[in-house]
Amino acid sequence: MTDPLPWLILLPLLWATGAFLLGPARGARLALAGTAVQLWLAFALAAKVSSAGTALHHPVGGWGAPLGIDLAADGLAALLLILTQFVALPLFLYARAYFAGKSPAFWPLAGFLLAGMNALFLSADLFNLYVTLELVGLAAVGLVAMGGGAQQLAAALRYLFATLVGSGLYLLGVALIYGVFGTVSITALTPLVTADAPPAVWFAAGLMLAGLMAKTALFPFHYWLPPAHGGAPAPVSALLSALVVKASFYLILRLWLHPFAPLTQVAAWLPALLGGAAILWGSWQAIRAERLKELVAWSTVAQLGYLFLIFPLLGADRLALHAGGMQVVAHGLAKAAMFAAVGVLIQVTGRDAVADVAGVAARLPVTLFAFGLAGITLMGLPPSGGFLAKWMLIDAALLRGRWDMVVVILAGGLLAAVYVFRVLRQAFLLPSSGERRRVERRPVATLEWTAFALAAASVLVGLRGMEILRLLEAGT
Amino acid sequence: MTSGLIFACAGVVLFAMGTAGVVLLDHLLRRILAFNLMGSGAFLVLIGLAQRDGMPDPVPQAMVLTGIVVAVAATALALALARRLFALTGGYGLPQSEAKDGND
Amino acid sequence: MKRFAVALLAALFAVALIAALLELPAPAVDLPAAVGAKMAESGIAHPVTAVLLNFRGYDTLLEIGVLLLALIVVLAVAAREEAKQPAVADPVLQTLARIAAPLMLLAAVYLLWAGAFRPGGAFQAGAVLAAAAVLLHLAGLAAAWQKPGKCLRIGLAAGFLVFLAVAAGLLVEGALLQYPPAWAGALILLIEATLTVSLGLILAGLFLFLS
Repeated sequence: MTDPLPWLILLPLLWATGAFLLGPARGARLALAGTAVQLWLAFALAAKVSSAGTALHHPVGGWGAPLGIDLAADGLAALLLILTQFVALPLFLYARAYFAGKSPAFWPLAGFLLAGMNALFLSADLFNLYVTLELVGLAAVGLVAMGGGAQQLAAALRYLFATLVGSGLYLLGVALIYGVFGTVSITALTPLVTADAPPAVWFAAGLMLAGLMAKTALFPFHYWLPPAHGGAPAPVSALLSALVVKASFYLILRLWLHPFAPLTQVAAWLPALLGGAAILWGSWQAIRAERLKELVAWSTVAQLGYLFLIFPLLGADRLALHAGGMQVVAHGLAKAAMFAAVGVLIQVTGRDAVADVAGVAARLPVTLFAFGLAGITLMGLPPSGGFLAKWMLIDAALLRGRWDMVVVILAGGLLAAVYVFRVLRQAFLLPSSGERRRVERRPVATLEWTAFALAAASVLVGLRGMEILRLLEAGT
Repeated sequence: MTSGLIFACAGVVLFAMGTAGVVLLDHLLRRILAFNLMGSGAFLVLIGLAQRDGMPDPVPQAMVLTGIVVAVAATALALALARRLFALTGGYGLPQSEAKDGND
Repeated sequence: MKRFAVALLAALFAVALIAALLELPAPAVDLPAAVGAKMAESGIAHPVTAVLLNFRGYDTLLEIGVLLLALIVVLAVAAREEAKQPAVADPVLQTLARIAAPLMLLAAVYLLWAGAFRPGGAFQAGAVLAAAAVLLHLAGLAAAWQKPGKCLRIGLAAGFLVFLAVAAGLLVEGALLQYPPAWAGALILLIEATLTVSLGLILAGLFLFLS
């Protein structure tokens, strides 16, 4: 293998097509093997990026930008690639046990989803990024719709319209950029975009960032997320909540840092304000949610808010960037674990209400432990990755005297504790009533242990924080 | 004002109409059509603005060709979901229950 | 009220953006010139096809993926419980379709061949093929498609697989989709030919699996 960049895109496309041709049983095996290789490739890429200290480039077609399309990998891209494959691999093990040969569409769609995300992380071309956004968006909608119930279809359609409007706004921005500068290569654009650019460029930046925020479900564009993530099958919810929303967030951060940096300074308070609102509103809705998966989905809305707090704090000290990278990793692992654990709870109790997990702790200790560990990360308790992320975020806010942000961050942690303990209290304290136990099924060990592994990783990643921060330094 | 610029301006108008349509309309087929209007508007801007000095530019033409195929795929997907929803519920609207609390 | 507010916002947006478009400087990068300069190495004589399959061929690769993905979703959600009865045949339509379908096949082959040096190519050819299939179905001459068997699946995926295989094969020598100039024309023709068949099947499938 000459260069890991293109293989990270080609491999999932290959196994996705293979899974479509060969059916779910062999498709699952292909997916697991392919994702394992991709994980290895992602680590190899990260090692290459850190030793080089700058971004790696791969000119597709050998032409080089601006005529051709360039792939580029810096530390941030490498981190997200590792996270994506690292979360996907246990989730695919989980999905194989969860679907047990049913849902033939899952494997090809998951393959296209992974290919789209890897391509998105690696692309350095605005129009190519549009195609990858559509690949990710449509695969995600397909995964939500796969269940085929009326509720799931309605959620999928709502999600589809949100994601299509988002990419439509993005596309109009790309059209304006091409019209003004005659290129869509990010490398070529970076020196061209300056603060005295024509108004059309400001429009373009606004349209693209707004479109991506709609795709990331930033408050007030979050309305599609809870039904879509709350209504899909558990492995799908986990993939979407842990990874897919991060893809569009990654792109916002990328564009914010690179071609649009001279323009975005003036409006940096806006994403932070919306992010703060998302933390409070999302947590509040999670506290009030009646269904388990809805609770976890609203928690995603809240946790995404933290990511947007970093924008006014971005600066030479890079503390905010580190906090953002850490939060992406910690939340990705924790949310995948939480949806996986909730999937086990629902499968075993046969119900989806928070009240129905009463007394389940005695019979599902591993799953509940996984849920609790993931909760520790979401609350931001040491030594978890979430703690490190929030610590650095508070540090960055204090350096700039932003006490208002510190209050929001701390309040968000407390609110997260409320909704996590709401579930745990039900599970541990209340006795289970006899009539509920009848319908229960035995838990599948694979499901329980993959959820646990993800949750443990979300806590332990805090101990490997230095490696992650060093990787972020490379060329970002 | 060159013809390219006229196309671009028409594209902006179509895009604005399409976006308003996706946000405001209730019937799923109309929303899907509105989305297509939005896409066509963006394509017109891409083609028209790039060729505003009257010189042909193959790059945006190829991009639009790619974009059209993506839009066709998205439309087909949306229609498939809408038809299935119609088969299940007998209506071409999204259930109102939990929606509309933050729709712009 | 909401209707009015959204319409007003959209109108304001359109007016402001059009105002911004009226006075733009000339682009800093001259891509058409770059395309012109490299045409000889692309293996294609028509600039749009050269951009589509060589300079930005990677976009096209992903886009075929999007199309195949849409088909997979359509297959996953298509309602199959309703029994399909062939539409009542209209003799005029049937006669027309019988005449038109072979001509459309011919037109598709021509479009594929023409793509190398004038407007045309795999997408246009595939769309005409799909239109022929849809026409035959609407005329009651061809049934709607059920769950695809092995052969149909291979046909649907073949174009994408050949494209992927070429991309991966070229990666051994150089960059992703880096055609050696001597082989570029032949490889692109191979991709275009298989894509035509697969795109025709996919586009037809988007209609025929749903109907």
